Amino acid sequence: MNPPKRSPRPENLRYRETHEWLRVEGAEAVVGITDFAVEHLSDLVHLQLPRTGARFRAGEVFGEVESVKAVSELYAPVDGEVMAVNGELPDDLDRLARDPFGEGWMVRLRMADPAQARSLLGASDYESHARE
Amino acid sequence: MLQTALHEVHVAAGAQMVDFNGWHMPMRYSGIKDEHLRVRQAVGLFDLGHMGRLEVRGPGREALVRSLVTNDLSDMAQGQARYALLCREDGGVLDDLVVYRLEEIVFVVCNASNRERVVDWFCGHLSGQRAWVEDRTLDFAMIAVQGPRALATLGALTATDLGDIGYYHARRGQVAGHGALISRTGYTGEDGFELYVDAPSARLVWDALMEGGSAHGVLPVGLGARDTLRLEAAMPLYGHELGLEVDPLSAGLGFAVKLDSSEFLGREALRRIRSAGPARRLVCLVLDSKRVAREGFVVLHEGQAVGRVTSGTHGPTLERNIAMAYVPSGLARVGTRLQVDIRGEAVGVQVVKRPFYKRESA
Repeated sequence: MNPPKRSPRPENLRYRETHEWLRVEGAEAVVGITDFAVEHLSDLVHLQLPRTGARFRAGEVFGEVESVKAVSELYAPVDGEVMAVNGELPDDLDRLARDPFGEGWMVRLRMADPAQARSLLGASDYESHARE
Repeated sequence: MLQTALHEVHVAAGAQMVDFNGWHMPMRYSGIKDEHLRVRQAVGLFDLGHMGRLEVRGPGREALVRSLVTNDLSDMAQGQARYALLCREDGGVLDDLVVYRLEEIVFVVCNASNRERVVDWFCGHLSGQRAWVEDRTLDFAMIAVQGPRALATLGALTATDLGDIGYYHARRGQVAGHGALISRTGYTGEDGFELYVDAPSARLVWDALMEGGSAHGVLPVGLGARDTLRLEAAMPLYGHELGLEVDPLSAGLGFAVKLDSSEFLGREALRRIRSAGPARRLVCLVLDSKRVAREGFVVLHEGQAVGRVTSGTHGPTLERNIAMAYVPSGLARVGTRLQVDIRGEAVGVQVVKRPFYKRESA
């Protein structure tokens, strides 16, 4: 059918196996979900994001994304405090579907321990994980 | 896993495939919302080859079927179809069916999940009836053409006057040169047709419909949108709104249960339920939230659990989240405010008129 419209998967990201991505910017990091997750979920209907100031440990649930068929929890890739939230995203889920690595970003975290990011998957490891 | 005669078509089109009651079926092609809206606005094609198709034959065929199903079939004309339920003696629903009266057969369409059960049930009640049952599921393909452009799409491929086929009527004809039973039925809430063709013709008929339908915006539609379409139309699905522990009166299917004019297995139990009034009823709920109430979620009234969601989804036409649930009859009135427990959050819901969606011309 129609090839999915998507931006290319950037090289400089780290990934969780649960399909969240993380882009390190100094002591902060931007978090979203991957093109693979968006395509797999398909037909997004609802996104719940945390408030600014919320703190999460790596692996904790920071939100949920719901499609016509299913709901998926969103997991924090690293420990941190939410510095900013993409507040327009829940009202414009097409933006998430169209550009998951750009306009579809979800939260900006201040990392408690930036070294944690190195334990996440690199692009090629994520690629092979997602293909499984 | 079982495959329909159109399995290759789905795989080649890149559909997301799933196991559905033992059949390898397309869940979605371009996307559930996209496919759903196309059926509401134009036309969609569905492979329904997984549905059970049975022929009841023999001189006692009509007596056999009439003794087992809830609707009155006695006044049916040749080619007419009727929705009916198959019930146990206690009124519990074994399956819901579409029954056709054709020249030499009674043709029964049942759910994929219940095909063996329905065959066994008919066969278990054959004694003295001079009738027999043939399971023809694998011999025929079943293709639905649904939506406001269904008539134009199909009409270009057949000499049969489709406008002359009434709702819940069927006629034998040719589609793209292949013999077909053309039935004006469906499970979407739209006008449309369901075609029964020999399995070897399936691919050619499908391709002709896709090609001819392109001018009308046709899309192939998977089971995902089939479910959201039927739910907006508040049509029950076996295993969700219907089951052995459910009777058809509680499910709001009284229109298909003829307790006075027809005599069938389960009638006495259903008469008792009718005179007492069903203790619970199936209701249509619209949610206040963007979160989806899914099957099994608990319905609350003043903090107390009063029922469970049987199906829930996002309704793409309505742009609201909708659900069906069984609740005590006293809470079933339109306008009643209830809640659904969505992962610990009590989300407000309102009982609304059934169905959620009704097409304008209907």
